[in-house]
Amino acid sequence: MSTDLKWIRDTSNPSERKWEEFYRNRWQHDKVIRSTHGVNCTGGCSWQIYVKDGIVTWEMQALDYPMLANGVPPYEPRGCQRGISFSWYLYSPIRVKYPYVRGALIDLWKAARAKHEDPVEAWRSLVEDETARKRWQTARGKGGLRRADWETVLEIIAASTIHTIKKHGPDRIVGFSPIPAMSMISFASGARFLQLLGGTFLSFYDWYSDLPPASPEVFGEQTDVQESADWYNAKFLAVMGSNLNMTRTPDCHFAAEARHNGTKMVVFAPDFNQVAKYADEWLAVNAGQDGAWWMAVNHVLLKEFHHEQQVPYFLDYAKKFTDGPLLVELKEENGVHEAGQLLRADRIDRYSKEENGQWKFLVWDRAENRVKMPLGSVGFRWGKEKGKWNLQPKDGMDGSAIDMELTLLNSRDDVASVRLDDFAEGKSIVRQVPVKHIKLADGSTVTVTTVYDIMMAHFGVSRGLGGEYSSSYDDDLPYTPAWSEKFTGLGREAVIRFAREWGRTAEKTNGKCTVIIGAGINHWYHANLMYRGPITALMLCGCVGVNGGGLAHYVGQEKLAPQESWSAIAFGKDWHGPSRLQNAPSWHYVNTDQWRYEKAFTDYHTVPMRQPKDSLAQGHTMDTQIRAVRSGWLPFYPQFDKNNLDVAKEAQQAGAKTDQEVGAYIAGQLKNKKLKFSVEDPDAPSNWPRLWFIWRGNALMASAKGHEYFLKHYLGTHHNSISSEELAKDSVKEVAWHEVAPKGKMDLVVDLNFRMDTSALYSDIILPAATWYEKADLNSTDMHSFVHPLSPAVPPCWQSKTDWQIFRSIARKVSELSERHFPEPVADVVASPLSHDSPAEIAQPQMLDWSKGECEPIPGKTMPSFGVVMRDYRNLYNQYNSLGPRVREKGLGAHGTHYQCADFYDQMVATGPVKNWGGKTYPSISEDKEVCNTILHLASVSNGELAYRSYKNIEEKVGLPLAHLAEKMRSVRMTYEGLQTRPHRVLNSPMWSGLVEDGRPYSPFTYNVENQVPWRTLTGRQHFYLDHPAYIQFGEHVPTFKPKPLPTQYADLTFSVKAGKTKMLNYLTPHGKWHIHSTYGDTERMMTLSRGIEPFWINDKDAEEISVNDNDWVEVHNDNGVVVTRAAVSARIPRGVCIQYHSPERTLSVPRSPLRGNKRAGGHNSLTRTRLKPNLMVGGYGQFTFHLNYWGPVGCNRDTHVLVRKLPELNW
Amino acid sequence: MNVRSQIAMVFHLDKCIGCHTCSIACKNIWTDREGAEYMWWNNVETKPGTGFPTRWEDQDTYRGGWEVKEGKLRLRSANKGYVLGKIFHNPAQPSIDEYYEPWTYRYQDLFNAPEGSDQPIARPVSKITGKEIAIEAGPNWDDDLGGSPVYAENDPNLDSLSEEQREQLFAIERLVMFYFPRICNHCLNPSCVAACPSGAIYKRGEDGIVLIDQTRCRGWRACVSACPYKKVFFNWKTGKSEKCLLCFPRLETGQAPACFHSCVGRIRYLGVLLYDADRIEEVALSSDENLIEAHRSMILDPHDPQVIRQAQSNGVHDSVIESAQKSPVYQFVKVWKMALPPHIEFRTLPMLFYVPPMSPVMSMRKGDVLTQSDQGLFHEIDNARVPMQYLAKLFGAGHDAKVRYALKKQMAIRSYRRAVTVGDIEPHIADQMLREADCTPAEAEAIYKLTSLCTFEERFVIPPMHREEALEMMEDPMDHKRETGFGVMDKPMRGS
Repeated sequence: MSTDLKWIRDTSNPSERKWEEFYRNRWQHDKVIRSTHGVNCTGGCSWQIYVKDGIVTWEMQALDYPMLANGVPPYEPRGCQRGISFSWYLYSPIRVKYPYVRGALIDLWKAARAKHEDPVEAWRSLVEDETARKRWQTARGKGGLRRADWETVLEIIAASTIHTIKKHGPDRIVGFSPIPAMSMISFASGARFLQLLGGTFLSFYDWYSDLPPASPEVFGEQTDVQESADWYNAKFLAVMGSNLNMTRTPDCHFAAEARHNGTKMVVFAPDFNQVAKYADEWLAVNAGQDGAWWMAVNHVLLKEFHHEQQVPYFLDYAKKFTDGPLLVELKEENGVHEAGQLLRADRIDRYSKEENGQWKFLVWDRAENRVKMPLGSVGFRWGKEKGKWNLQPKDGMDGSAIDMELTLLNSRDDVASVRLDDFAEGKSIVRQVPVKHIKLADGSTVTVTTVYDIMMAHFGVSRGLGGEYSSSYDDDLPYTPAWSEKFTGLGREAVIRFAREWGRTAEKTNGKCTVIIGAGINHWYHANLMYRGPITALMLCGCVGVNGGGLAHYVGQEKLAPQESWSAIAFGKDWHGPSRLQNAPSWHYVNTDQWRYEKAFTDYHTVPMRQPKDSLAQGHTMDTQIRAVRSGWLPFYPQFDKNNLDVAKEAQQAGAKTDQEVGAYIAGQLKNKKLKFSVEDPDAPSNWPRLWFIWRGNALMASAKGHEYFLKHYLGTHHNSISSEELAKDSVKEVAWHEVAPKGKMDLVVDLNFRMDTSALYSDIILPAATWYEKADLNSTDMHSFVHPLSPAVPPCWQSKTDWQIFRSIARKVSELSERHFPEPVADVVASPLSHDSPAEIAQPQMLDWSKGECEPIPGKTMPSFGVVMRDYRNLYNQYNSLGPRVREKGLGAHGTHYQCADFYDQMVATGPVKNWGGKTYPSISEDKEVCNTILHLASVSNGELAYRSYKNIEEKVGLPLAHLAEKMRSVRMTYEGLQTRPHRVLNSPMWSGLVEDGRPYSPFTYNVENQVPWRTLTGRQHFYLDHPAYIQFGEHVPTFKPKPLPTQYADLTFSVKAGKTKMLNYLTPHGKWHIHSTYGDTERMMTLSRGIEPFWINDKDAEEISVNDNDWVEVHNDNGVVVTRAAVSARIPRGVCIQYHSPERTLSVPRSPLRGNKRAGGHNSLTRTRLKPNLMVGGYGQFTFHLNYWGPVGCNRDTHVLVRKLPELNW
Repeated sequence: MNVRSQIAMVFHLDKCIGCHTCSIACKNIWTDREGAEYMWWNNVETKPGTGFPTRWEDQDTYRGGWEVKEGKLRLRSANKGYVLGKIFHNPAQPSIDEYYEPWTYRYQDLFNAPEGSDQPIARPVSKITGKEIAIEAGPNWDDDLGGSPVYAENDPNLDSLSEEQREQLFAIERLVMFYFPRICNHCLNPSCVAACPSGAIYKRGEDGIVLIDQTRCRGWRACVSACPYKKVFFNWKTGKSEKCLLCFPRLETGQAPACFHSCVGRIRYLGVLLYDADRIEEVALSSDENLIEAHRSMILDPHDPQVIRQAQSNGVHDSVIESAQKSPVYQFVKVWKMALPPHIEFRTLPMLFYVPPMSPVMSMRKGDVLTQSDQGLFHEIDNARVPMQYLAKLFGAGHDAKVRYALKKQMAIRSYRRAVTVGDIEPHIADQMLREADCTPAEAEAIYKLTSLCTFEERFVIPPMHREEALEMMEDPMDHKRETGFGVMDKPMRGS
C-alpha cells in the first residue's frame, strides 16, 4: 500500500472505537409491535412500531409476509415515505391532545345550562334562538377554540342528539367516516352508534369519485380487482390515470419486476408523471381524452382480431362470458332503426309462461336454428326454481345445449339500417347490421340483431354491409384511429400498433393484458364511458377473470375483506332491520345547495338529439334526483318533511300494524301529498340535516367537492364563492324554490381527530382520537390479500380515546339522558331504496313514475320500501356493547351470499367475554379488541367453516359444485392475536370473485370464469350493452365517446374576472406524493421533502406568458373560490393544464387573496364543485339497483377550469 | 495482494420509484435532531436536476474528490496545508443556502388563535432562528422536475450541451426524468478520510464502513469539502461532522441498513466484496476511460483459492468469505457487469454501484400529433429518452461503452423472458439478442431472478460481524453481557 493511502485501519486499538456506541445506543429500543396506518391509501402495509422509554420512536416495515405462489415476487417490504413518517404525529404540535370546543358555543352553553337543569332543554333554548345559533356558526373556522373536559362535551353532544330526535327525527343526525377497510373497527364505532340511533350514514366511495360506475354497469360489482402481485402475471400493462409510484408506492415494484420478465408497459398521462418513467412508451394523451384512444383501439381489435382473423379464444370467451350473443330489439322509424332493449324471453310463445320471463333473455342457436333462452340471467337468480343461475350453455326451459351465434352475419334474414350517435360531432350515423325477424307470442314480428353485431356497427367495422362504414384506418369516421387523433393528440400508427400488440399478447397468453386505471380517469364527468373503453378491449380479448388480465381499478381502499360480520356490527344489523345508508354525492349536492349554482345538465352533457317526451335525458339534475328518490332508485335522508317518529305514530293511529300496512299508509300519504319527501324541498328548515359527526376523514376539506358551498350552506361562516345561487331558478321544475338559500343548516358539527386538520378547525367540538399506534383495529385492502392488525404500541396519548371508546361514551350519555326523554322504546319508520342483490333487482322493467299516474305507488316496487324499527334509546349503550341476537337468528351474508352462524355465536356466549342485561347474555363487543375478534370469528374470509357454508348456500342457487373451493381451508380460524404474530392471507369466499388457494394471486372474476358462476348483472354476463331505457335515452347503451364539457358550458368562470396577466387552465387534482389525501401533508417531514407547501404545477411556457417564475406566489380562482400558493414551474406539465395535488390543508402557509377582499384563500376543493351524472341515478333494474357505495352518481370534479395570475402582493 | 473485505452496494435505478422512503427511514433514526435537521445521509434526486446540495456534482465549485497531477493523486481541495489555512473560511464549502434552511410551522396557532374575523393558519418558521421564513430551498426542491427551467436545465451533467440541445431535452418528445438515490459510497479511496486534519475519519478494517469518530472530530469540515458527493455534513449543534454509517449497529446485528430495509422499490442490494487494497492508488490513477475497468479489476473472485488464502491471512473471517461468495453485489458488478460506480472520475472509488435505468421511447411529432419513434415491441436503447451521453456522464466518466453494455443486457433479457413467457418473439431472435449483449440464457435467468423475484435474504447478504470477537479485544464478552446498557447517557453537546 502506498504511504499516502493509510486510512484503512486495522482494529488494533479497539478502545479507539468505543465511541461507536454513540450510534449503537440510538439504535437500541425496548419494544417492537405490529401495526399499520388507517389512511385510505390502499397500501395496507404491515409495520413494526419501535418503542423506547415508553415513547414511539420510529417505524420500519414488517417483512414476514408469507410467500405467494412460486414464481411471483414477494410482498416485502410494504410501506412508503408517508407511512414511515407517521410516528411524528404522536407527539407533534398538531396533535389534538384534549377535547376542544368553540368558545362562542361554550359560553352560550354555560349560560344556558345555568338556566336549564335539563341539558336537552338547554340545547333547545340555544338552537331555537337564531341569534345564538348564528353566533357560533359565524365563528366557525375563525379560531377561538377552548380546551374542555370530556363530560362537558359529551353532554352537549348527547343533548343535541336527543333534542334533534325529538324535534326533527333521528335521520337529521348524520355521520361521515370514509373507507372502513383502513380501520374497520374505528369506522364501525360511529356507524353503529348512528344506526342504533336511527341516524343517517353517508357513503364515501362514490362521493370520493373512487367508485367506477362502469364496474357496476358492466360487472354488477362495486369494484373487484387483482391484488398487486397479479400485475406480475400480466404480459401487457396499460396504465392510465393511475400513478403507481405516487399512489401504489408499495406495489409499484411488481410492475417493474414484470417488465424485467418481458412484460410491455405503456403509460397514458397528459404529464410526464412518475410512472411514465417506468414505461416502454409514454403516450402523452390530451387530458381527459383517453376515451377516444380506446374507441379506436376497440375498432382495430374488432376489425383485426374478431372479423378478419377470428381468434377462437376471443370468440369463445365472448359467447360464454359476455352479453355479445344476446338479441337486441331494433325499433324502426322511417326506415331507420334504433337499438332498443334486449329481447325478453316472455315475448316468445315458447317461453311466455316462464317465471320472471321479463328478466330472461334470448340468443340465436346455430345448431337448431331457433332462439333459445340461456341460463344465468337475473330472472333465474330470483326465481322460485333454484339451481339454474349459472353460465352453462344450456336452455333454461328444456336444458338443451346452446350453440350461440355471436353474430347474425351468416345466418341473417336481412339487414337493417341502425342510427348511431356521434356525440363528438353532434350528429348521427347510419350503418347496417344483420338481422333476424322473430315472431312474437302476440303474433307480431320483431327485428333483432345481436349485441355483438351492434358493437361491430357502432365501432364502424365494415363487414361488407351498407352504411357509413370506414374503409380504412385513415378515414375520419367514428371510431377509426384517424378519428381519434384530434381528441387524443396521438398518432394513428400508435393506436394501431398498440391494439395489435395488445391483441397479439392476449391471443398468445389467453388474456394476460391488464389495465391499471385510477382516479386520473375516474374524476371526469364521463368517467363511466372512459372506463368502458378499456373494459371493452379487455372483454373482447378474454382478459377478465384471468390471472394477469383484467381491469385493475385502484381508487380508495374499498375492499373490506371480512364484510359479512363487520357490516352487521357497523350498521347495527345485529339489533335492527333496515339501516339509513345515504349516497353522499346526492346528499351533498342537494344539501350544500350546489344544485342551485347550475342550470340544465344538457348545457354540458351531450345527449342524443331525438328524445322521447319525459325523457330522463333532459332537465335539471336536481329534478332527476327527486325522481330517483321517489321511484326508490336512490335513498334520501332526512326522509320526509316530518319527524319519522310522528309519521310512525300517525300510521299506528291510522290502524297500520305490519310493515306492509305502514308502507301502504305512507304510500297513500305521499300520493295525496299530505307527506313529502325532504328532497323535494331541501332548503326548508324542517328538512335540514342538523347534527354532523365526522371521524377518520376530512369531510370539510379533502373530500368536500364544493368546499366553499359547505362553508356557506352547512356551516354558515365565511366563504369565497362568487357564483349566483339563483342559476337554477328557471331550469328546475320539481324542487321547491326559496328565493334566498339558507346559510348554516348544521346546528352542531363534531369532529373526532388526532390532528388539527381543516375539518377540525371548522368544527364546533373536537374530540381527541387515538392514533393508529394507540389502538386495536383491523385493516384490509384490495392491493394484497392479507388482513392486518392495528395495535397499541403505546396507550392512547394524553386525553385521547379510540373511536370505538368515544362513541361508546356518547352512547352512554345518550342513554343517560334518555331516562327522562325516551323512557320507552319508540317506533321509527325507515324508507329504503330498491336494493342490489335482492329481488328488487327485477322491480322495474320500465321507468314508470307513480307521481305522474303512470303506475301505482307500491312500496318496494315502484317506490322506496318502508319498515318500522323500534328504537330503545335507554338501552342504546347496552346495545352498542353487545352483539345483538339477529346475527344468531338470521345468519350473515354479503354480495348475495348467506350462511348460518348460531353455533359460533353460542360459542362466543359460552366462552366470553359477555354482557348481561335485560335478563339476557350477549357476546361482548365493548372493547376494541373484542370487536376485532368477533369480526374475524364470524366472517367467511377468516373462518373457513363459514366460507364452506357460504359456498354450500350459493351452490343451491347456482346448481353447480362450489364448496370444494373452501374444503382445504375449512378448519382455519383467524384471531386478532394471530394476525399480530404474522400476516395471514384471506380465504376463498363466494363473497369475492377471485380465488387465492395455494398462494395464487387474487384476480377478480376467476371464480366466475372457472366455475360458471354468473356475474350479478341483468344477464348474468359481462355487459357490452346496457339496455336500461335511460341509458338508451342518454345514448350510453353502447360503450361510446362523449366530449368533455367545455369551460363555457361548465360555467365555473361565469362571474370570474381576469385581473392582470391571467391564463385559463384545466385544473387537475390527482393524488400527490407527499400525502395520502390530506394526512401526512401537514407533517414536517413531508413538507420538507416537498417545497413547504402544496404548489401549483404549471407548464414553463404557460408560466412565462403570465410572468410567473418558479416558486412565485400565484392566485388561482374561479367562481367557486380561490387558492393562493406557490408555483412549481415545470416542463413536465403539458400546456393548458395545471395540477394541484390532492389534497393540502388550508391551515398551513395559506396567505390571503386580494381578489376576495384579502380574505384567507382556501384549499384545492375551493375551486371544485360536484356535478352528478343523471343516468347513474336509475334503479330497480338488474345491476342498476342501489347499494351503498355500489351504485349512484359519483362526486366528480375534474372538468373544471381556473384562472391563474401572479399574486400581486403577499399578505398573511 | 492485500485482500480486504468491504460491504458494498448496488442500487438498481430501473426499479427506483423515487418515493424517498429510504431517506425517511434514515432520518427517523439518525438525523431527526437539533443540528442535524438539514442532513440527509440518504437522499433521492430527480435527474436531470441539480440535487442536494444544489449542483454538488460541479467540482469546479466544490473542489471535491481527487485529481491526477503530475502522475500523482491529489485532493482537489488541495493538500492539508491548504485546508488548515482555510478552516475558518472555505469558499468551496456549501453554505446553508446550497443545502436549505430547515423549517417547521407554528402549528400551535391553530389551537391557540383567539376568535378573529378570518381563519388562522400555521406559518412556516425557521428551525434555526425560530423566525418566520420564506421557503426558497429544500433538500428535494427539484423533485419530479419541479422548477425545470431553473434546476433540471442546470444539471452539471448537461454542461457540455448547447442551450438548444438542452431545450430539446425538455420538449415533450424527449422529456424524461429518473431517480438517483444517494448515500455515502463508503469509498475505497475516500477523500474525506484523507482530508481530515484530526485523523477522526477512518475506514473500518472489517467491513470498509467509513466513520467519523465523534470524540475525535474537531469540526474542521475539511471532509465536507473533500467529499465530492457531499455526503459529509457538519452538525451545528455538536460542532462535529457526521455522515452515513451504513447503519453499522444494524449490520452488526444482522439487519440491513434502514434505507435498504425500507426500499419499497426493492432496488437495493448489499453484500461483501473482496478487493485488493494494494491496487487502490494504481487504479485511482487510471485514465477516465479505463477507470471503470480498473476499479472492477480490483474486485477479487471470492471463490479463487488464492484470494481465499490471502483473505484468511489478512484476518478475514471464513464466514465473511462465504458471505462474499453469495454476494449479489459481486454478481451485478463483477460477473454481470451491469452495475457501475457513480462519477468514478472523482476517483474516490465508490463501493456503491448503480444499474443504469431504461427509459421510455422517444416520441416524434407528426403534424399535430405525437407518435412513437420506434416500431418494436421493446425499443432500441438509442431511442430511449434518457440520452446515452447523459448516463455516460453519471456512470461512465463521460464514456458510454459500459453504460451501453448494461442497458443492452437489460433489454436483451426482457426480450428473452418475453420469448419464454409469451412467445411473440421468436426464440432464435431472443437468443441472438442475448449473444449480442454478451449474455447466456443461464445468466439471463439468474439476472432476471435476482432482479424480479429476489427475496430479502437474496438482496441483502450480510456477513456475520462476530461482535464477540471485537468486544473480546476490550473486555470479556461475558462481562459485556452482564453490564451493557448500564449508565447514564447525556445528549451530545458542542465541545464534548
